Amino acid sequence: MEQQLVKDVKTKVTRPNTKWQRAKKVIKKDWQLYSLLVLPVIYFVIFKYGPMFGNIIAFRRFVPGGSIIGEEWVGLTYFNMLLQDPTFFLVLKNTLVLGLLLLIVTFPAPIIFALLLNEVKNRGFKRFVQTVSYLPHFFSMVVVAGIVLELVSVNGAINNVVEFFTGNRYPFIQMPEWFRTIFLSSELWQTTGWGAILYLAALTGINDELYEAAKIDGANRWKQTLHITIPGILPTIVVLFILNIGNFLQVGFEKVLLLYNPLTYETADVISTYVYRIGIQSASFSYGTAIGLFESIIGLILVFGANFMSRKITDNSLW
Amino acid sequence: MKESFQYKVFRVFNVVILLAVVYVTLFPFLNIVAQSFSSEQYITAGEVSLIPKGFNIETYKIIMSDSMFWINYKNTVVYTIVGTAISLVLSTMMAYPLAKKRLKGRNFWLMFVVFTMFFNGGIIPNYVLVNSLGFGNTIWAIVIPTAISVFNLLIMKTFFENIPDELEEAAIMDGSNTYGILVKIVLPLSKPILATMFLFYAVTHWNSWFPAFLYFSEKELFPVSIYLRNLIKGAEGSLSSGATSADNLTQIAANIKSVTMVLTVLPIVCVYPYIQKYFVSGVMLGSVKG
Repeated sequence: MEQQLVKDVKTKVTRPNTKWQRAKKVIKKDWQLYSLLVLPVIYFVIFKYGPMFGNIIAFRRFVPGGSIIGEEWVGLTYFNMLLQDPTFFLVLKNTLVLGLLLLIVTFPAPIIFALLLNEVKNRGFKRFVQTVSYLPHFFSMVVVAGIVLELVSVNGAINNVVEFFTGNRYPFIQMPEWFRTIFLSSELWQTTGWGAILYLAALTGINDELYEAAKIDGANRWKQTLHITIPGILPTIVVLFILNIGNFLQVGFEKVLLLYNPLTYETADVISTYVYRIGIQSASFSYGTAIGLFESIIGLILVFGANFMSRKITDNSLW
Repeated sequence: MKESFQYKVFRVFNVVILLAVVYVTLFPFLNIVAQSFSSEQYITAGEVSLIPKGFNIETYKIIMSDSMFWINYKNTVVYTIVGTAISLVLSTMMAYPLAKKRLKGRNFWLMFVVFTMFFNGGIIPNYVLVNSLGFGNTIWAIVIPTAISVFNLLIMKTFFENIPDELEEAAIMDGSNTYGILVKIVLPLSKPILATMFLFYAVTHWNSWFPAFLYFSEKELFPVSIYLRNLIKGAEGSLSSGATSADNLTQIAANIKSVTMVLTVLPIVCVYPYIQKYFVSGVMLGSVKG
């Protein structure tokens, strides 16, 4: 009887604790590993999650110099402002147009470039082309903007060609109808080579035996590309496409900011530059945050949507 | 294997296309270099393409004698060194534990990190935060808020995961603790990834301009990228007075921009041939596991 009681007490005490004790043992053994995480986690909490929480000022009236989370609740006031703001719809349209053009033009470019490079047999030449193509990726956005402005300036190199054919010189950077072309070309220039790296890595991973088998079956190089190479890099394409979709609305903020001017706002002004002007230059912090939050949430929905779609359609997904 | 006629034709075209890509990629940059060595009259006439016309290095002398340029250039060097050091230490501290599969809550922390790739606070909450922390007009506004890049962190984690556990187990037998293992065993084995991360972060910091643009109001603190941005935007007084006369200044405006651009990218172009293979292998390392 007594022994039974002791046994009961023992099981009562030890059984619920085994899981916790195991965890405690792991933590005790690896506390040094956890201690390494402390500083970086604090960094993430303050500088990544802090601003997410800071979005609360989209629903509260913020006064510069006042409380960091604003003064009082104002509900959806700033979102109502957004729906009545004609400039917002203009920048939304510009963002969508520019984002779509980027997706159509600059997304396939690295794939095509990688496929072309893949056909080069001379290793020296291949390496040379690759090395050159990466270079613009390493330039500061300020330098890229400077180069672009010099090239399209009235006395710049592009106008030399234009003058040769038309006899006229144009101030392209002040013409709204040219902004998108200029922006897309400079993105193409800056990102194609670097973007091709991942595809080239994927290309080297394709099994050579597949090509051998296709040759025996009589497939020419084009058929091999169509039926082996492209399916081989498809997972990479899908992953990068999903990531690109997520950044859809954040089209080259820094570059637009450096390249545009009041004369080209009509086509160049995008959500992020508008947020910057409203929020920081005009100090309408709460309204600017509301627009920014709108942008981020749409971006998040796009990523999850694209991921879901691609998992359904191609079986490839980010998670 | 015999090649078809069409494929041979394609190969020839391919080389031509790729050479055109090389030309288009290099031209804008070489054009700026040529301009920087040309005299203003040929630049405004639009006659400079790849070869300098009216060779002159006067503008280089003028920029080099501008004390503000040197102050800003030195700032960039300091920000790059401090920023890269902070980024490397913090990224290593996080990537190493996350690479350990036995770590409890590892998946939670990974989600915690990766989520920030898809959703961020946005520019204004960031601005309010950094200013309310009192970072305005201090180096911290530049080096702290962007200290860890999630992309780089994931590349590092992948690399650490591939270091065989047996090495670490042997070190535990010898009485090393986690810190000892990290410093004496793991880091020496990780030189390729550390070099890659060093280069990634250093280039990012060197090229950074927006945080300084947002948070700095004192000219003496500007990095050289802001000096250049002000030149490009034609902001007044970018070139400190006394360096040259106003008359001279308008005459050489285009030249000054190209010279400053060349000087800004010079360090990158100089180390580029040596570093680009690290960059490439770094990206490939990260792509191994997607």
